Amino acid sequence: MKGAGNIIIKRAVNYFFLFLLSLLTLGPFLWLLIISLKVKGSVFAFPPINTLEELGFKNFLNVTTLFPVWQYFINTLILAIGGAVWQVILSALAGYPLARMEFPGKKIILVLLASILVLPGEANFIVNFITCYKLRLLDTFIGVILPSGITVFGIFIMRQAYILIPREFEDIARVDGCNEWQLWWKVMLPLTKPALATLAVYGFISFWNSFLWPLIVLQTPEKFPLSVALSYLQGTFASNFRVIAAALVLTILPVVILFYFFQQFFLESPLGGDK
Amino acid sequence: MKPSTRRAINQFSVAYSFLGLPLVFLLSFTFLPSFISSILSFFHYIPGVELKFVGFSNYKRMINDQLFWIALGNSLKYLIVVPLLQLIAFVVAVIVNQPLRGAGLIRTIIYLPVITSIVVVGILWRELLASEGLINRLLISFGIISSPISWLTNPSLALWAVMSVTIWKGIGYYMVIYLAGLRSISKEFKDAAVLDGASPWQLHWHITFPLLKPYFVLCTILSSISALKVFAEVYVLTPGGGVAHSTTTLLYYIYTTAFGPELDMGYGATIGIGLALLVAVVSFINFHFFREGGWKYYN
Repeated sequence: MKGAGNIIIKRAVNYFFLFLLSLLTLGPFLWLLIISLKVKGSVFAFPPINTLEELGFKNFLNVTTLFPVWQYFINTLILAIGGAVWQVILSALAGYPLARMEFPGKKIILVLLASILVLPGEANFIVNFITCYKLRLLDTFIGVILPSGITVFGIFIMRQAYILIPREFEDIARVDGCNEWQLWWKVMLPLTKPALATLAVYGFISFWNSFLWPLIVLQTPEKFPLSVALSYLQGTFASNFRVIAAALVLTILPVVILFYFFQQFFLESPLGGDK
Repeated sequence: MKPSTRRAINQFSVAYSFLGLPLVFLLSFTFLPSFISSILSFFHYIPGVELKFVGFSNYKRMINDQLFWIALGNSLKYLIVVPLLQLIAFVVAVIVNQPLRGAGLIRTIIYLPVITSIVVVGILWRELLASEGLINRLLISFGIISSPISWLTNPSLALWAVMSVTIWKGIGYYMVIYLAGLRSISKEFKDAAVLDGASPWQLHWHITFPLLKPYFVLCTILSSISALKVFAEVYVLTPGGGVAHSTTTLLYYIYTTAFGPELDMGYGATIGIGLALLVAVVSFINFHFFREGGWKYYN
């Protein structure tokens, strides 16, 4: 029974590897969770906790009194929802004619979109900052959201969704007397709901996590989203990591909940997240 | 007017009424800035203070700027992340692709760092890597080291520590791409190879690797670009760009030049052009290298 023994050993090695991997990934998150709940003893204690009596929710209360974490939370929520909606609108509009119409300039636009992937965009944020400065959009949420709504990824996801709609839907709607906009709004757009949802979730998470652009555009601390506020405050509260840990947990939580419900979007259609 | 012409004009106006808004934003915030920033590199520009044409002086300054060369060196070093990250992500994908109990849950777990804000990841790892932090405690208690290591403040270690955090955060992202690749390989190929007596290793070498080549190319290019554009990890883990600029990368240097106290947007844009060229060269090498590799294989 040499073969069976081999399979068992191979299984065991695989499981050991998987266990190690999930420990390395989950370990830091678990440590963070423990510290955020730990109300007694040192942050650096090893092992992190000895008894359950060290745990409590005091840090989560402290974090709300020590700095305006709810304000940051609401700012982040506004940016994430606004950004997701804006990205969905732009992609749903641009994808439609690119998928289902023939018109002069279509090829040029498709080439333009593809070229953006290879165009040197590394210093764009400087020019975009100047644009927002001239348009008086600095230090506003609009300034954070407006320039970031166009993504090639979003437009192509929507284009693909429109392409997959059978021709018959269009024909029936035309026979019923729909004009072009009614056709889009009443027939086509509802048929792309799964793609719209995917894009909205991706957009929400990427705006929730965005850092460099809001860091540049926003100047008043009251307007900061969590990412910028945390990087700004971690120096001030460095000695009180338990409170910071509670804030970090509050920052991760909405994304993890969203991810839990929509995980098949991420695990089955790659290329959307942050690397 | 012929009906067909009228329909064409109608199609045209309808198409552009959909495309108008997206095109305006595409051009003004993504497409044109690439060109404007190369124009900006010939100016000395401080918003609201000064706008002056300076010819090539920003470029001359860049060539003589020691910090630029340090940042360039660090950005190049950062590319070491690419092969390591791709190797780990691929091996992980192969393992979690097997019909093992709990593999689905583990895929979800490994993806968690990908959806976590980089600022959260940075602050968390800064604490873990602190001299009193958990990593040092663990290493000491296992007897691997005898005294705590200053991972983030030792100039010869800091960049490596920052790079490990990038790897930790990136595994899930590339794992998902490789999983999509592994699933696209038709079972018949594998069955045929097994029937022909291929060992598991031969199966990988002759079937999986060649068929996954497009995925390796894609992942390597994506991962190289994001390694060259690393910013948040440096900003959060090593404020100020590290002791003795040990973790100052090009994008971090661009940020501090354009948005630091100097507000020197022209010079920032110039370094941006340098970074853009670097990204182009590295992407080209990636493409070329993989085409060569593939070409040789198929012959």
